[in-house]
Amino acid sequence: MSTPTPTPEAQSVDATAALPADLQDERLIASQGVGGFLRAFLSRLRSGDLGSLPVVVGLVVIWGVFAFENDAFLSSRNLVNLTQQSAATGTIALGIVLVLLLGEIDLSVGSISGLSAAILAVGFVGHGWSLPLAILASLVAGAVIGALYGLLYTRFGVPSFVITLAGLLAFLGLQLKVLGKEGSINIPFDSGLVKFAQASFLSDAASYILVVVVVLVYLATRLRANQRRTAAGLSTTPVVTLGVRAVAILLLLSIPVYVLNRDRGVSYMFLLFVALVVIFDFVIQRTRWGRSVLAIGGNVEAARRAGINVKRVYISVFVFCSTLAALGGLLAAGRLASANQGSGGTDTNLNAIAAAVIGGTSLFGGRGSAYSALLGILVIQSISNGLSLVNLGSPERYMITGGVLLLAVIVDSLSRRSRAAHGRA
Amino acid sequence: MTATLSPPTTAVLALTGISKRFGAVQALKDIDFDVHSGEVVALVGDNGAGKSTLVKTIAGVYTPDDGQMTFDGKAESVASPAEAQGLGIATVFQDLALCDNLDVVANLFLGRELYRGRALDEVTMEQESWRLLRQLSAKIPSVRIPVASLSGGQRQTVAIARSLLGAPKVVMLDEPTAALGVAQTAEVLNLVERLRENGLGVILISHNMSDVMAVADRVSVLRLGRNNGTFNVSQTTSQEIIAAITGATTNAVSQRAARRETHTAAPTATTEEQS
Repeated sequence: MSTPTPTPEAQSVDATAALPADLQDERLIASQGVGGFLRAFLSRLRSGDLGSLPVVVGLVVIWGVFAFENDAFLSSRNLVNLTQQSAATGTIALGIVLVLLLGEIDLSVGSISGLSAAILAVGFVGHGWSLPLAILASLVAGAVIGALYGLLYTRFGVPSFVITLAGLLAFLGLQLKVLGKEGSINIPFDSGLVKFAQASFLSDAASYILVVVVVLVYLATRLRANQRRTAAGLSTTPVVTLGVRAVAILLLLSIPVYVLNRDRGVSYMFLLFVALVVIFDFVIQRTRWGRSVLAIGGNVEAARRAGINVKRVYISVFVFCSTLAALGGLLAAGRLASANQGSGGTDTNLNAIAAAVIGGTSLFGGRGSAYSALLGILVIQSISNGLSLVNLGSPERYMITGGVLLLAVIVDSLSRRSRAAHGRA
Repeated sequence: MTATLSPPTTAVLALTGISKRFGAVQALKDIDFDVHSGEVVALVGDNGAGKSTLVKTIAGVYTPDDGQMTFDGKAESVASPAEAQGLGIATVFQDLALCDNLDVVANLFLGRELYRGRALDEVTMEQESWRLLRQLSAKIPSVRIPVASLSGGQRQTVAIARSLLGAPKVVMLDEPTAALGVAQTAEVLNLVERLRENGLGVILISHNMSDVMAVADRVSVLRLGRNNGTFNVSQTTSQEIIAAITGATTNAVSQRAARRETHTAAPTATTEEQS
C-alpha cells in the first residue's frame, strides 16, 4: 500500500496520500496480520461488543453436554431432525428480530402462525382451494394483521407490547373460530406443502454445488469490493485474509452439509429458512429501508429529523413480522401435516422471541442481525431435542429454556452497559 | 464569490412580522429577520430572548401564529422539519440528533443514502464522507466507528457535515462552537466562512461575542422576544451589541470591562471584546 503501484484506475482522494484515505489518522491502531486481528477481536470483546460469540459458545456447550449424555444427539439422523424442527419457529423468530431492531415487540406471533395454519387447512382441505391460493390467503391474513398493528401503533401511540398482547388473545380466538367445531384438520400427506416440509431434500451433489457457489460468490463480491475501494482510495481487506475467511466459510458449510448428507440431507424447508435469513441480513445491512430500521431503533428523533418516514417503517416492519409468522405457521402445519387448536400454541410464541434474543438481537433496539434468528433457534431446538433424547420432558425443557433466555437478556444488558462505558454504544 | 459588503437585493430567507405565543408567554413579537446568499448573520440575545423559538420556527418545528416567511422570493410556510429541509434550510440543532448505534458514514447519509444497483453504495458514501470531513479539517480517526465513541466536538463536526449533504441554501447553526476546543472552534469558524464563500446564507446562533465578531457580516439582536437592532459588524463594536442584548449602555458586562480598564489602565483605544 505504501508503494505507488500503478493500479489502472487508481484515483486517490488525496494525491499525496501514501495511505488509504480511511487509515491516515495517526490515532488509529493498526491491526495487521493474525496477531493484530486477534488483538482487535479481544479488545472488541472486552468493550462489550460481543456479537454472536455468546450464542456460539452456548451452542457448543449445549451440544457438548448432550453429545456426552447421549451418542444419538450428534448423529446425522438427529441433526436432520433438528434442522426440520428449527425451520418453522426460526422463520417466526426472523420476524421478531425485525421488530426488536426497532425496539418494539410482537407477542402475538404464535397466534398469527396458528391462525395462518388454520386458514390454510380450512381453505385447502375444507373448501377445496388450490394450494397456492390457500398459502396466499394465509400470508395475506398475516400481512393484514401486521398492517393493523402498525396503524394502531403509529396512529394512537399505544405500546406495541399492549397491542400485540391484545392480538395474542384475539387471533387465538379467531384461529379457534376458523377451525370450527372439530378443532383439528389433517392435511393430506400427498399435498405439496406436506411433501415440501417433510420429504424434500437437496441431493448430495446439489448441496455441495450450493456450498461452492456460496463461497465463490463471497470471494467474488469481496474482491470486487476491494477493487472499488482501491479505486476510491480506501483501505482494502488483504487477499490472504479473504482467502482464510473463504476457507473458513467453506469448512463451516461443507462439514454440516456432509453430516446431514449421511442421513436424508439438507431439507428444502431448512434451506428456505436459511435463505430468508440471508436475504433479510442483506436487506437490513445494505438497503435504505434496513438502515432506517436500525436508525429508528437507535434514535427515533434523529431518524425523523433525517427525513425518514418513521411511520411507514414501523408499519412495514410489523407487516414483515406478521407475514413471517404466518409463513412459519404454514411450515409448521406442513411438517405436522395438520392444523389444530394447539397450532402456534404456548411455546411457539416464547420460543420465537427467545430465539431472537438468545441469538444476540438487543431488546433495546438498533442492534442485532438476521443471523441471530438462525443461531437462537438452533440453541432452543437443541435444548428441546436433547432433553427429549435424555428422557427429560416438558418441565425441564421449560425451565432450562427460561434460564437460557434469562442468561441471554443479562448478557445483552451487561454488554450494553459495557459498550456505553467503552464508547461503542 | 465577490465580496458582498452590501448584500444583494433579494434575501434568500426573509421573515416579516413573525409572532409566536406559548400560552401566556409571548415568545416572539413582530420579528423581522433576513439572510442573503453569501452572508453570515449572527442571531444573538440573552437567555429567553427567543432565539431558540425563532430558530425552531424557521426550521419548521414550530408554526408561527402570525407573520410571513419568504424563501427564495416565494412566500412559503413550513409545517415540518422535512419541509424546511426540502426547501433548502438545513439546521444543526444543539442536540445534534445522531444515531449512536450507527457509524459516521451511516449518520452522514441517513435518509439520503446512495445506491448502486440494489444495494447501498458504501464505497462512494465512505469516500464522500472522507471528502466532507477533510474539507472541514475534521479530526475523526475512522468513519467506520459508531458515533457513540466520538467526542462532543467530533459529533458536532459530523452534524455540520451532514447538514451540507443536501446542498442547502441556508444553513442554521445553533451554538455550533459551544462544546468545541480552541482549534476546533477555529475550524468551525473557517467552515462558516467557507459556507459563505460557497454562496450559502448562514444563520449563526451564538453566545460567544468573539465568534460573532470574527465571522458574521451582520448581527441581529433579539431582546425579550422582539427585534432590538441589526448591526453591521464592520461598523459596530461588541459593546454596542452587548448593550442591545442587555438593553442598556451601562450593564453588568460594560461595568466589568470598565473596572478592569481602570485597574490596568489599558492604553489602547479599541477595547477588546470579552469581559
